[in-house]
This record gives sequence, C-alpha cells and structure tokens, in this order.
Amino acid sequence: MDVLPYLVAGWVFLAGCYGLATSRNLIHAVGCLSVCQAGTYVLLLAVGYRDGGTAPVFSDLKPGTRPVVDPVVQALALTDVVVGATVTALLLALVVQVAKRHGTVDPDELGELRG
Amino acid sequence: MNRRMRLCLVALGGAGLAALFTAAFLRLPAFGGDRHPYGDRAVRAALHRHTANTIASVNFDLRAFDTLGETSILFASVLGCVVLLRQARDEHRARPEPADVAPPVRRYALLVLPVAVLTGLYVVAHGQLSPGGGFQGGVVTATALHLLYLGADYHALERVRPLGAYEAGDALAVSAYVVTGLAAVLAGTAFLANTLLPYGTFNTLSSGGTVPLLNAAVGMEVACAVVVLLARFLDQAVEIEEDSGK
Repeated sequence: MDVLPYLVAGWVFLAGCYGLATSRNLIHAVGCLSVCQAGTYVLLLAVGYRDGGTAPVFSDLKPGTRPVVDPVVQALALTDVVVGATVTALLLALVVQVAKRHGTVDPDELGELRG
Repeated sequence: MNRRMRLCLVALGGAGLAALFTAAFLRLPAFGGDRHPYGDRAVRAALHRHTANTIASVNFDLRAFDTLGETSILFASVLGCVVLLRQARDEHRARPEPADVAPPVRRYALLVLPVAVLTGLYVVAHGQLSPGGGFQGGVVTATALHLLYLGADYHALERVRPLGAYEAGDALAVSAYVVTGLAAVLAGTAFLANTLLPYGTFNTLSSGGTVPLLNAAVGMEVACAVVVLLARFLDQAVEIEEDSGK
C-alpha cells in the first residue's frame, strides 16, 4: 500500500471540494476550504516521509546517525498553516459583512448584486 | 441551476479529478522512499551554517525570500480584516457589561497566563534550535494574552492590549524582515543572503547568522497579527452593535 497516504490526501481534497459545492452556509464553505488545504498538507508530508525517519532537528541528534524526513516540505506546510489561518480569518470577515448587508449567509440566496 | 444538476456536475468533475489524481499518485516516488535530493541538500546546508533546526534554516535562510512572500500575504490579509471589520456608519459601540466569571476559571486562567506567554516567547526564541519558531510561537503568545478575556473580562483585555501599538508592531516586524534583507545587499551580497553575521557555535541561541533575526521578526509579526485579528472579531461580537429602528 505504497500509495495509500497520497490517496488519503486526494480524498481529503475532494471531500473539501464536495462540501464547497453543496454548502448552504458561507461559514461552512470557509470550513470546507480549510479541509481542501488540509489535503495539501497531507500530500506534502507524505511526499517528504522517509522510512524510519525522525524530525530534521539536530539539537539533540548527532547528524548522520538516523535518517531524517524531508525538511523542505515540512517548512512549506508550516508556513502555510499560519498564513492559511489568517486567510481564513479574512474570508470570515467577508462573511460577517455579507451577513450584515444581506441578512443571509446562504450562497444560494445571494443571487442579485447590490451596489 | 438547481441542486440536482449541480450535484451531477460536481460528481462528474470530482470523478475526473480523482482519476487524474490516482494516475499521478501511482507515478510518484514510493511513500517512505530513500530518495530526497532537496531534503538531503537542505540538511547539509543547514549544518554548514550551524542551524540545528533544519526547518528554520529552510524558512529563514535557504528560502528566506519565499518567507517574505508568506509574511506579505499574512500582512495583507490582516489589513483586509481590519478594513472589512471596521465600525460602519450605521453602527455604534456599546460598552460591554462586566460579566461574572466562575472563580476556578478566573484562578486557573490567571495562573496559566504568564506560563503560556513565556512558553510562546520561548518557542520563538529557540526557533533555530528546536522544533518551533516565529510562526508557531507567535500564535501561542498572542492567544495566551486572550486568557485574560476568559479569566477577567473584555475591559481588562483592552487595557493590556493597546491595539494601535500591535498594528504598528505588525508593520514594523515586516519592515524589519525587509531591512535585514537589504542589509545583505548593502554588504555586497544578494537580498536576504545569510552571509552578514558569523554563524556562531552550533546549537547555541546566537547560531545561524541572520536566521534568529528573521525568526524573531516573523514571531513578532505573527503575534501582532493574531492579536489584531482576534481583537477585530471580538469587537464585532462584543462591542459593535447595529443601530436599531432605522
């Protein structure tokens, strides 16, 4: 089952997409977008894994004694977690404004544009 | 478009995407394999530059320019939130009533608060040595401050949180990151190149050249950004009210 972690990543991503398409609440839709993002983290970390590997931190590990996992993808996932959280906050701020101006958070009821 | 038709479209697109995913995944290098050319080179470069935490080295040295982009996204989205969640013309501010807090909640929140803030600062400071760094430690520090909201009330939180100072701190931290990069240019190398400072002794706080500086700048930015974000959302929930009867 060498491809199972990759398939899990794809499945998480598609589950988020399904939620986005069928969402009836904008807050729920923002949550689904975070699920899509989580799929990319699973993929990144799966790509970087090495059998028997440990964290690439050498403060208490002598270099060369143990295999370490790929630090590049870990750094990518790490920055994206924080940046993704603030982008989620921005989207939620948009939802707050939509709820105030239109009185609804159902995307299906936001049919008409209002100036 | 009705819901049934939309669902059919999603199923069609999703099935196509799933098929493409599977085809791509089958040709990826096997999970847990031993071949990580970039990872091996990153580990070598980090050890060469005396940074014990390779991930900090990747973020603040090898890919420091990329992290500048990430912090800019962070800064821009905080700016967007501040603009979106401002007080509108048809709203007013109401002073929130002090609420009673259960004594055990108050006691433990105030007890944990200094420990949590200190933990956050520790995680930032040791970013180049142990797991952690500016991104994680900043979030811990900022959320720890909000224990005051749980333990006391909103008014107490507002007193330890002069929002203007945090907004300025956010901008200042991003500028500090850019200035550190420009300092390398002035010294005659590339933007954000880690050749300015001595690499120091391996596994000590001052090791890694400019890594600790950039790490601290990002820690400050993330902490300020999270404080400002949470303040804006709390304002909406607690203080800002719509004028009724208009």
